[in-house]
Amino acid sequence: MKTTLTCLKKCFANGMCAENPTFRLMLGLCPTLAVTVSAENGFGIGIAALFVLLGSNTIISLIKNFVPAEVRIPCYILVIATFVTIVKLVLQAYLPALYERLGLFVDIMVVNCIILGRAEAFASKNPVLPSIADALGMGLGFTLAAGVIGSIREILGNGTWFGVPVLGAWFKPVIAMILPPGAFITIGLLIAGLNAVTARLQARQSE
Amino acid sequence: MEINITRIIGIAVAAIFVNNFVFARFLGLCAFIGISKKLDVALGMGVAMTFVVTMSAIITWPLYHFILVPYKLEYMNIISFILVIACFVQLVEFFVRKFNPALYKALGIYLPLITVNCVVLFATLLNAINNLSFLESVVQGFSAGIGFALALVLMTSIRERLELARIPAAMQGAPLAFIIAGLLSLAFMGFSGLTIG
Repeated sequence: MKTTLTCLKKCFANGMCAENPTFRLMLGLCPTLAVTVSAENGFGIGIAALFVLLGSNTIISLIKNFVPAEVRIPCYILVIATFVTIVKLVLQAYLPALYERLGLFVDIMVVNCIILGRAEAFASKNPVLPSIADALGMGLGFTLAAGVIGSIREILGNGTWFGVPVLGAWFKPVIAMILPPGAFITIGLLIAGLNAVTARLQARQSE
Repeated sequence: MEINITRIIGIAVAAIFVNNFVFARFLGLCAFIGISKKLDVALGMGVAMTFVVTMSAIITWPLYHFILVPYKLEYMNIISFILVIACFVQLVEFFVRKFNPALYKALGIYLPLITVNCVVLFATLLNAINNLSFLESVVQGFSAGIGFALALVLMTSIRERLELARIPAAMQGAPLAFIIAGLLSLAFMGFSGLTIG
């Protein structure tokens, strides 16, 4: 029992840090950059992806023994598309304002490489419980990344966080941050910063 | 049915420049960052992409207007479109492997990955949602591919030049690519406000 628990913990932590889908694996970048003009959008798309990941990882892990290897990818995509359609319909029904803002980027989560990547690399080889832990870790890692990028862009580009003004009146919003260039530059600098920190930590460890 | 030439040109210009699929809509970034290292490979990928996205627009239009809409199944558009696109890419892969093995080798994993490239799905869904006519859909699909190819070639040319430059270790690879993309996207913003038709 204890070993399975540590294993689950490891699968979970893996997605949050060591193999963070956005900053380390650089997967699923399109929605991460496109919709993260505000913290709310960033967390919104993250949670939508988390739900799809949970559903697809669970189902794929359950059906992995019945699906012939040659046609596995189309099958996985179908499972993912089903969950994406569910998320889309739920969002349309209960959070129409958020759906309006995320728009087609919810739809194209079908082809999000994180989700298909985890299906292929993890859920198709592991039992159900670790697959769920992996989905949680990866999903939260993605939510965190999208949320951080959204927060940075909203604070610098609009002077607000979740719609609440956080910087005083002296602050002049940098409009470019909520426009496309801001997204590219934010993520570039974030990854560079992470690289620098990791390199320094490794250097210290080897000393 | 009359064909509105200005509107067609407007759609093309919007998809290639104003709302460039890479720089303004952030689509196809995985391939964009991953494959923009050698110019000839980038060109091959751009051509493959243009072909796939144009053909997908041609195939999904009748599917949407003659099957999904009459039976009120519009909510099935994601599932049905992705299936059609996946089958089609499989066909292209087969074709390229047979007739141009060198290109097939160079494109590697990225060719099958066109299936899961958001440019294709996004362009076809956009056609369906905006209720474009058949010709407009094809033009939008083709322009989306050209816009992607243009972005890829620009990016690759810049990265090839930077190969020999001395840059901080932490910035090497992806971070620098993102910064370049940011600057290019800033340049492409010059097109915003440009509308035809």
